[in-house]
Amino acid sequence: MEEEPVGCARVTGSVTDAPAPQTPSQTESTAKHEGMRMTARVGQKAPDFSAPAYYRGGFTSVKMSDYLGKWVMLCFYPGDFTFV
Amino acid sequence: MSAVAAQYDALQKMGVEVLSVSVDSHFVHKMWNDNELSKMVDGGVRFHMVSDQAGNVGRAYGVWDETQGIEMRGRFIIDPDGVIQAMEVMTPPVGRKLAETVRQFQAFQHIRATGGKEATPAGWEPGKATLKPGPDLVGKVWEVWNPSME
Repeated sequence: MEEEPVGCARVTGSVTDAPAPQTPSQTESTAKHEGMRMTARVGQKAPDFSAPAYYRGGFTSVKMSDYLGKWVMLCFYPGDFTFV
Repeated sequence: MSAVAAQYDALQKMGVEVLSVSVDSHFVHKMWNDNELSKMVDGGVRFHMVSDQAGNVGRAYGVWDETQGIEMRGRFIIDPDGVIQAMEVMTPPVGRKLAETVRQFQAFQHIRATGGKEATPAGWEPGKATLKPGPDLVGKVWEVWNPSME
């Protein structure tokens, strides 16, 4: 696992096929771009993305397409420290 | 997520990798793991906890809630070809039932292993009969399966 440099910028995930953000910073949001409004559907390819992650004591990044060849359970949830 | 973390070994044994995603930073993920989840699950969370603070990933998967700025409880089963085979999206107050997700993984893995020649009827679990769709089965499902077998 490659340790990512830890900056202070607000980090976020980005969708791989979305247009590149206007700023070169990899930690900027790309949410404003309309082109990335893909919606996941069963029977279709899972949208690829890359995003920072916490993993076993370190900080790293995750790219969905790196999991090709494996079964993946991708779980979204409302937030850390919530009750359910 | 602690329920998933507790079953991580079982999921790994099935060849299933887990990714969790929320709008919290990876720093907060670390705090949640260190201060709470590791007290609920031996060894804490051993899968990647992804941070999606701007909701970009959540939008792509249709689980982003614009008004609250959070992601709904969305669970996706993605196969080795990168194709979404199943999804379930719930509002926040109701938690998931992992056993049903495990059952679905088992069913999709079984179908994949048969090259799509079989289908699993309602309530199927490993060991139960599957259906083999074809001309001979049309109108004859009642002979091999009924709801009491679910």
